[in-house]
Amino acid sequence: MKKAQPPSGIDPIIIKDHHEIDYLHSYAQDSPFFAGLSQGRLLGTECKGCGIRYATPRRHCMECGKETAWFDLPLAGRVHTWTTCYLEEPFHLVLVEFRGVDTLFLSRLVGAGEGEVKVGMRVRAQFLKKPKFRATDVYFVPEG
Amino acid sequence: MRDVYLVAGGVTRFARAQPRMDFRTMVKEAYDLAMGDVPELKPKDIGMTVCSYFSDHFTRQLMAGAMVQDYLGLCPKPSRRVEGGGATGGLAIHSAYEAVASGRADVCLACGFETMSRVSTRKGNEIIALASDTNFDYPLGGFYTAYYAMMAVRRMHEFGTTADQMALVSVKNHGNAVHNPFAQAPARLTVEDVRASGLIAWPLTRLDCSLMSDGAAVAILCDRETTFSITDHPVLVKGVGAGTDTMRMADRPRGRVIPLPHERAGDYRGLRYPGVHSCRADRMAAKAAYAQAGIRDPREELDFAELYDAYTSAEIQAYEDLGLCRYGEGGSFVEEGRSALGGDLPVNPSGGLLGCGHPIGATGLMQAVFALWQLQGKMKEHLGSRRLQVRGARRGLVHSHGGTGTYSTVTVLERAG
Ligand SMILES: [Zn+2]
Repeated sequence: MKKAQPPSGIDPIIIKDHHEIDYLHSYAQDSPFFAGLSQGRLLGTECKGCGIRYATPRRHCMECGKETAWFDLPLAGRVHTWTTCYLEEPFHLVLVEFRGVDTLFLSRLVGAGEGEVKVGMRVRAQFLKKPKFRATDVYFVPEG
Repeated sequence: MRDVYLVAGGVTRFARAQPRMDFRTMVKEAYDLAMGDVPELKPKDIGMTVCSYFSDHFTRQLMAGAMVQDYLGLCPKPSRRVEGGGATGGLAIHSAYEAVASGRADVCLACGFETMSRVSTRKGNEIIALASDTNFDYPLGGFYTAYYAMMAVRRMHEFGTTADQMALVSVKNHGNAVHNPFAQAPARLTVEDVRASGLIAWPLTRLDCSLMSDGAAVAILCDRETTFSITDHPVLVKGVGAGTDTMRMADRPRGRVIPLPHERAGDYRGLRYPGVHSCRADRMAAKAAYAQAGIRDPREELDFAELYDAYTSAEIQAYEDLGLCRYGEGGSFVEEGRSALGGDLPVNPSGGLLGCGHPIGATGLMQAVFALWQLQGKMKEHLGSRRLQVRGARRGLVHSHGGTGTYSTVTVLERAG
């Protein structure tokens, strides 16, 4: 008896598979920064060896490898560059530069309309009243 | 080190989704195309494999490279995976180059794929954004288009590059893809079409960005002896170079330009480099590749380039970092038609990532395959039309980025027969 051949021309069968993981994400050496946000402080790090000041903290200096020290960043800075994202409700991202600090800090800018953000614009840090221990605990607003 | 040749390549058509093929069958299709081009090369001659794919989240199959190896019937030979974001395919070529140059293998297969259709575009953007610092950058809701948009905005501020100049890259590359049957996004566009296609992250619109794709590509690299026994159209890997920069754009220095051989240290006084307007990794990669290839002035010594154009702004940035024009002149370079087919230095004659699609792990290999066919004078044979053939092409360059220029690879290829 002849066996039936399996069908070869059929459409691919596609199933939906769910995948979910809760990560236990430690901020590890960056933890003091997130603790700082909950106290209304914006902490950078500086290298006592070569004098570089990092706006986004690095526990070890990129130039000389020495361990860095924490310092309070000024809460006012300027927009180094920006974009407005249009995934859903538009929101602004800015890289902020601070006087006397060598690197930048990425954050959201709140309180400016579309087309109102400019390179060089003065901005000031604000903090969430109820910290969530995320980088979004700090955001910037236009100054004055 | 031994000379290494690129002897054959293959690609699948790139598409938003290819549910009829999984990653193995896609690679097999590209592999069969490549092997068909060099019938005297047999699977038994392949010494090792480098497999290139970016994201375990897209694939949802760990050790997928091992599964490609067994599907192609290449067990028990050695195989490994390489990964470096958008530079994954470029790194795979370099890894295969090193295998042959070192004498570890006479023939090395570099194969790559990505299956991005397995998740929604939104989820895909999220997955790709995991290739940014998960402490400081990812939680802001940023995504790669936004990161590149911020680089573009600074470039506009620093150099006066315009959104219309960026749009011209899209017009050019989608237009070239019209003649490429492997391409996902062929289109005849105007600057107005690009600007009106909807903002994703200002100033980048939908048509300033490459698409998520399913696809595969392979390249076969051989030592000299094998090469000359199996092909009349050998292409020499003349120079390779790679570079890196910080993952966080925020951390990048604002120092001095690294000059290429045709530039002088004083050429860019006052330009703080790379900042976020330029890519130091590209510069490093180009400098090393040019040194190995003996290129003193890339403007004069390259016939075409396949550059990383996941975003239109990235192609303009790459013109400058690779020394195809001066810093600040990238916008006018495209505006004056110098990177067009028939221009001084055609860039992305294949259609690039914008025109062809961007299945991440396959992309760098796809660029190398199109460059190979250019140098072999085989564009008509493979694409069915001579329209994209750069006439008399002897030397070409392939370039790829991972992250925001966090990894970079440059490969210089030269006709050797
Ligand atoms: Zn230091």
